[in-house]
Amino acid sequence: MVENRHWFFRLLPHVVLSIGVFIVAFPVYVAFVGSTLDAATIANGQMTLIPGGHFFENYYRTLFVGTAKTTRQPVVSMMFNSFVMAMTIAIGKIMISIISAYAVVYYRFPFRMAAFWLIFVTLMLPVEVRIYPTYKIVADLGLLDTYAGLAVPLIASATGTLLFRQFFMTIPDELMEASQIDGAGPVRFFIDTVLPLSITTIAALFVIQFIYGWNQYLWPLLITTRDNMQTIVIGIKKMIVTQDALTEWQLAMTTAMLAMLPPVAVVILMQKLFVRGLVETEK
Amino acid sequence: MDKRTVFNNRWLPLLLLLPQLAITLVFFYWPASQAVWSSFRIEDAFGTSTEFVGLENYQVLFANPAYYKAMGTTLIFSTAVTVFSLSIALLLAVMADREIKGAGVYRTLLIWPYAVAPAIAGVLWYFMFQPSLGMVARGLRGIGYDWNPLLNGNQAMVLVIVAATWKQISYNFLFFLAGLQAIPKSLIESAAIDGARPARRFWTIVFPLLSPTAFFLLVVNVVYVFFDTFGIIDAVTGGGPAKATTTLVYKVFADGRLGGDLGGSAAQSVILMIIVIALTAVQFRYVERRVNY
Amino acid sequence: MAGVTLKAVRKTYQGGVDAVKGVSFDVPDGAFCVLVGPSGCGKSTLLRMVAGLERITSGDIAIGQRVVNEIEPADRDIAMVFQNYALYPHMNVYDNIAYGLKNRKTPKDEIDRRVRDAAKILAIEPLLDRKPRQLSGGQRQRVAMGRAIVRKPQVFLFDEPLSNLDAKLRVQMRVEIKKLQKTFGVTAIYVTHDQVEAMTMSDILVVMNAGEVEQIGTPTEIYRHPATRFVATFIGSPPMNLVPGTMQADGSVKVGAAHFHLPPHDFLPGRSVELGLRPEDIVIGGADNAFDMKIEFIEELGATQLVYGLLGGAQLIVQVPSGSIGNAGGTLSLGIAADRLHVFDPATGRRAV
Repeated sequence: MVENRHWFFRLLPHVVLSIGVFIVAFPVYVAFVGSTLDAATIANGQMTLIPGGHFFENYYRTLFVGTAKTTRQPVVSMMFNSFVMAMTIAIGKIMISIISAYAVVYYRFPFRMAAFWLIFVTLMLPVEVRIYPTYKIVADLGLLDTYAGLAVPLIASATGTLLFRQFFMTIPDELMEASQIDGAGPVRFFIDTVLPLSITTIAALFVIQFIYGWNQYLWPLLITTRDNMQTIVIGIKKMIVTQDALTEWQLAMTTAMLAMLPPVAVVILMQKLFVRGLVETEK
Repeated sequence: MDKRTVFNNRWLPLLLLLPQLAITLVFFYWPASQAVWSSFRIEDAFGTSTEFVGLENYQVLFANPAYYKAMGTTLIFSTAVTVFSLSIALLLAVMADREIKGAGVYRTLLIWPYAVAPAIAGVLWYFMFQPSLGMVARGLRGIGYDWNPLLNGNQAMVLVIVAATWKQISYNFLFFLAGLQAIPKSLIESAAIDGARPARRFWTIVFPLLSPTAFFLLVVNVVYVFFDTFGIIDAVTGGGPAKATTTLVYKVFADGRLGGDLGGSAAQSVILMIIVIALTAVQFRYVERRVNY
Repeated sequence: MAGVTLKAVRKTYQGGVDAVKGVSFDVPDGAFCVLVGPSGCGKSTLLRMVAGLERITSGDIAIGQRVVNEIEPADRDIAMVFQNYALYPHMNVYDNIAYGLKNRKTPKDEIDRRVRDAAKILAIEPLLDRKPRQLSGGQRQRVAMGRAIVRKPQVFLFDEPLSNLDAKLRVQMRVEIKKLQKTFGVTAIYVTHDQVEAMTMSDILVVMNAGEVEQIGTPTEIYRHPATRFVATFIGSPPMNLVPGTMQADGSVKVGAAHFHLPPHDFLPGRSVELGLRPEDIVIGGADNAFDMKIEFIEELGATQLVYGLLGGAQLIVQVPSGSIGNAGGTLSLGIAADRLHVFDPATGRRAV
């Protein structure tokens, strides 16, 4: 459009966006600097914005040795736990929600809508509001300190089912009719047609759910007691204790960097899928 | 909206639904009904049996000044985070929606905090504002400001608000940007021909058309502040000092874990459930009506 | 009131794509100018440049005496009707029409008077309180028109405004738009890809192709004397027949066994040419330039018939009154007047005779 704007207004978006990027990035940069310093520099309040020379030392110690005073677990094992949890939640959620959406869309059976609403209502019940009763059930089932206990209760939620249902509704009826004429039953139609068409939706949902699983806090905090079952997000919280002398800040910040790395990498590398997944799961 | 043709099979669909339904029943409905059930009961001193007490747990709750304090805290916290994160995100989205060089780069640089866990976001901000060694905290003290969120409740509140806002900006930014880009370009062009300058175009055309997005985000943000910020509060302040940052959700957690008052904790859970259900219901009503269309 | 002048207007997009490659023409004050061409020919870009919605890369656009290259859309004193109407979905019909006046700080009672006048002219008075989504396609079209006329601009711009309507409504609105434009006497530039709209509505017709103007003229000139092969086949339905032939020493064109005699010209003999014959110009049993054609196929259109056959190895379509021919198979004696023949140079695509 022909717009004769003062230079100030042409520059304004860049100024505002740069300030935005600065605000967003600054805390992470400070954490990065923290992860390259030695304990004394931070503890004595001598930290500046210039990275120090302890990068390799801190990352090595954090990953493979662990903090000396607090959690004592090598962070690589925490990352493994987080990874297992995030993958189980993401893949499990996709599997159970895609087949349930298939049932709701491609079949007529008694209580079909009842089943749909039963799933739908769970949108309204975040784990935080029913935390203790859920904890008790997991405890009764003997699932404390297990991967199953970490992941399974978070696998069921309506978002995936709704997303797939919505997507299936956009698949033309003719496709199903044609494959019926071609002699494909429900299972063949699912495997040969529905699944390949759903790939992007699956990938988008995976990105969102992986981040969701990796970032879980309250749930793993409650149901893991053994150190070797800790996830990285819990681990970092446990490294920071109120007695300042015990907190090894440089290692805590290294852990924070490591904890952010996988989900942030997923967002940046798979930006298109991420945006799509986010916008669609919320609609 | 139903499919024209369907498969005929009685048992396969039920089999397909089984995993989803089983997990939903065991981990959603059963605990939720447990919460409702135990909110009407109290445990005896030994924790061996419970007794039906009707609404007593609720009465105790509503007679407790601490509960009102937590409500007030939640109200301040959620209002502040929602208002700040929505308005900052809207500003950034409007700027990024302009035809400027590098809009895609700005977008990438602004959206990634979505992937940072709330607890980690809390830790990052705590690290900068920790009174004795935090960089920014030292700066504040250097210019003579008495900064100590570990002792001062209002400062602690400011810190969790800032951390929660920081974390939420990227999410709101993405949705506002998507909303802006969904507005047909010809409407903006038509308004330009109709003589509306950029500021007036924004307030008379863009903003009204963005209102469904804004309303949707309002509800999502309130739910976010209620529940997802648990990690931030726990990491930054642990609900303190002197319960200054104990929100309703944090109180459920703290009372259940530390106090062992399961009946009271359950009653709080039930109230929270009612709040979420009400919020979601409001959202659906408005989404149906589409605010402006 | 003002005319529009375009001088060597060019649009090059980032990445080097030339959408408009140096276009010049004049639209006199009060004229109805139609830009027509296939999709992607640059006609919409050109219109949007006149509106100020696209920057021009080089050249000049003037409205009246004023060069508007660097002037914002709001200040060009134009009104535009968009293909999708671009009605503001959150405003009712009244506010949609009033919006441009409000932005220009017109007094309230003046706005009210003008909106009601416009509504009366367009017969949409009962709809003033409705939202756009409650209107039919034709009603939306009228509101979009109302938004344009209420402002009393120097120039009306139309970007394929009828393409979202059904066929019947399109004919009706076509007439109404043209009538309104004549009533107000406002210069109009109208973009379409529909050649019937182009022929019926225009005072000046601009045929565009691949970012360039192929021909400018009145609809009759363009129909009677297409300047290029492209214009010849683009304007007219069914399209003009083009058959290959050779220029003879006596100035006639030989196609197969037939000779077609032309009005005097100075094109060199021996060259191969393309001979153009409009299906509706060919007559059964005509005395001028008589030739025979074997009937291969007949399409019945109700009022007329299309007869398909071969001439000089190329397909020929002849349009004749319905009932002229019974069935395929026979041979037909045809003729065509010399002044209805068109000859094009196959090398350049330009008109030779």
